[in-house]
Amino acid sequence: MSFWKTLKVAWEGLMMNKVRSFLTTLGVIIGVAAVIMMLAISAGAEADIADQINALGANLIMVMSSMQRMGPGMGGSSASLTYSDLPVIRDNIKGINGVSAEQNTSQDVKGGGTTLSDIAIVGTTSGFVDVHGYEVAQGRFVTDQDNDRANKVAVLGYDVAQELFGDTNPVGQSVTLGTVKCTIVGVMEEKGVVGTTDYDNRIYVPITLVFKKFVNSRFGGTNLRVVYVSAESKEVMDDVMSQLNTLLMQILDTDASAPGFTMTTQDSIIDMRASTTETFRNLLSWVAAVSLVVGGIGIMNIMLVSVTERTREIGLRQALGARPRDVQLQFLMEAVVLSLLGGLVGIIAGVGGSWLFNEFGSMRTVLVTTSIPLSFGAAAAVGIFFGYYPATQAAKLDPIVALRHE
Amino acid sequence: MMNDTLIEVHGLTKVYGKGTIAVEALRGIDAAVQKGEFVAIMGPSGSGKSTLMNILGCLDRPTDGSYILDGEDVSRLSKNELARVRNRKIGFIFQSYNLLPRLDAIKNVMLPLLYNGENGKSEAEHRQQATAALELVGLGERMHHKPNELSGGQQQRVAIARALINDPAIILADEPTGNLDTRSAEDIMQILHQLHTNGATIVMVTHELDIAEHAERVIYLRDGEIISDKEHASRIAHLHNGDKR
Ligand SMILES: Nc1ncnc2c1ncn2[C@@H]1O[C@H](COP(=O)(O)OP(=O)(O)O)[C@@H](O)[C@H]1O
Ligand SMILES: [Mg+2]
Repeated sequence: MSFWKTLKVAWEGLMMNKVRSFLTTLGVIIGVAAVIMMLAISAGAEADIADQINALGANLIMVMSSMQRMGPGMGGSSASLTYSDLPVIRDNIKGINGVSAEQNTSQDVKGGGTTLSDIAIVGTTSGFVDVHGYEVAQGRFVTDQDNDRANKVAVLGYDVAQELFGDTNPVGQSVTLGTVKCTIVGVMEEKGVVGTTDYDNRIYVPITLVFKKFVNSRFGGTNLRVVYVSAESKEVMDDVMSQLNTLLMQILDTDASAPGFTMTTQDSIIDMRASTTETFRNLLSWVAAVSLVVGGIGIMNIMLVSVTERTREIGLRQALGARPRDVQLQFLMEAVVLSLLGGLVGIIAGVGGSWLFNEFGSMRTVLVTTSIPLSFGAAAAVGIFFGYYPATQAAKLDPIVALRHE
Repeated sequence: MMNDTLIEVHGLTKVYGKGTIAVEALRGIDAAVQKGEFVAIMGPSGSGKSTLMNILGCLDRPTDGSYILDGEDVSRLSKNELARVRNRKIGFIFQSYNLLPRLDAIKNVMLPLLYNGENGKSEAEHRQQATAALELVGLGERMHHKPNELSGGQQQRVAIARALINDPAIILADEPTGNLDTRSAEDIMQILHQLHTNGATIVMVTHELDIAEHAERVIYLRDGEIISDKEHASRIAHLHNGDKR
């Protein structure tokens, strides 16, 4: 029997019981849709991470002080990095985009006739924009000079500027942070939320101003807990880190046995996140695989019922000249057509579902195009695998016994 | 005239089951059917008529003995080869018609063509063939009716058209009128009679003497053995009536 004739006969068989055929494919539909959606969801999560990497500034090295500055009675020697060390790092390390440090506080903010409570105030340095790949929309950012003099200047995040000043240009106006009145020198571009950081809902000021006015500086208060160094590329990371190691030990006057700082790269954080996503994806893949198998078992079940119901038909076909192989192919074809139809509908449902999630749900999804042929192939494999046994049972029937079946 | 022998069986036996529960359904059948003959097989219930028909129809293989059909020894063929022989050489007519309920008359008639791949004919030619076969049995007007829209007699006529479609060497009918009223049965016998007149070879199992009257020759079975052959139905009434009692 030719392929097309077999297909036609299989189709007639399936159309005999339309509702049942549809219900049978439901398992495969759900399985395939699950595969596509789950891959889209985990690809979305990965894309989020990738964005985060870009937003944080690629190739970021974090230098953390591991020692508190010694008390005032201990000779005043410092084992911690201070603001004044930043230019030294910037000028002496080769292969970096920028260096910055941050000291945060949270204050009520008044400006343009509006008060906002508990706004994050980020004390930082001129290198912040380079390190974070962040741009000023209007005016300028905090400069070295601002930091040298602890100038009372502020750069507003996008949302803060909108909320305080609406559409009027805030540059040149003033804003009061807690009790400190600052001149607004710039507004940042819109950046949104990255990870847990809402860039737009913050105000950027010189780090020295934070030390001077906001942070309780019992121990002198200018020591930095974290210094961010942004390398030019992934390739120079190791080199930059070894340069940093040498320089920082010089600055701090320490040695390798107790350097006084530790270095972490963004990579290690990313790796951690990536492995979390991978675990997530593996879990989802298992769920999808299991639902496909369940779909396959559904097909097998119905095919077995169908073979029993149509025993007489099988006997007749054999009497009219169908070889065992013809019978086997007919039922195998029915199973494969069922699973491929399920696959097709499942693909539509999966792609549509991913899109709906992305547009109206809380989750970001990115359609993985390879998941379409992959899940279609998986559906075909399920049809062949789970259709094989019932089809073989059908082919094994003895024509006389089958013809006599009621 | 060896050339005119269509069916030749020698020492045909069929044993169902093994050991103590073994049933010897056929015990050494020797018979031959010539081309163009119309033979009826009679005998009491359980005498082995269906068993013999199944073997003649290549649906089953004998336990022992030989069967030569149209010059080919088919008693030891594989399942696939038997399927080919059934498709090309045999046209079956069953007591219960055995039409597929979801297919209309013409599709049912075309069913055997599905398994006759190498005949090199187009779909249109197949339809033509099926139409001609349906017209032959007087159902040209009912080609697109489903079985449940046809009477029993009409369904059996569709089955006859289906049996004819591959132009078989022999038509085997196991109680073709068993499910029909007298009038429909008479119609069916008219058609078989006509086919026979046109040269078809027919072997038919029947319970009824007046149906067997249409055949030229009756093979009478009892307990798996032929006890009478080569007689007209009118000459074996005593056997038949004796067994009925
Ligand atoms: N598949 C089978 N298994 C066991 N015994 C069978 C089978 N088919 C037929 N028989 C036995 O073989 C004998 C002949 O049966 P059958 O050929 O059907 O007779 P008939 O058609 O003349 O009524 C009976 O005794 C019957 O019980
Ligand atoms: Mg019988």
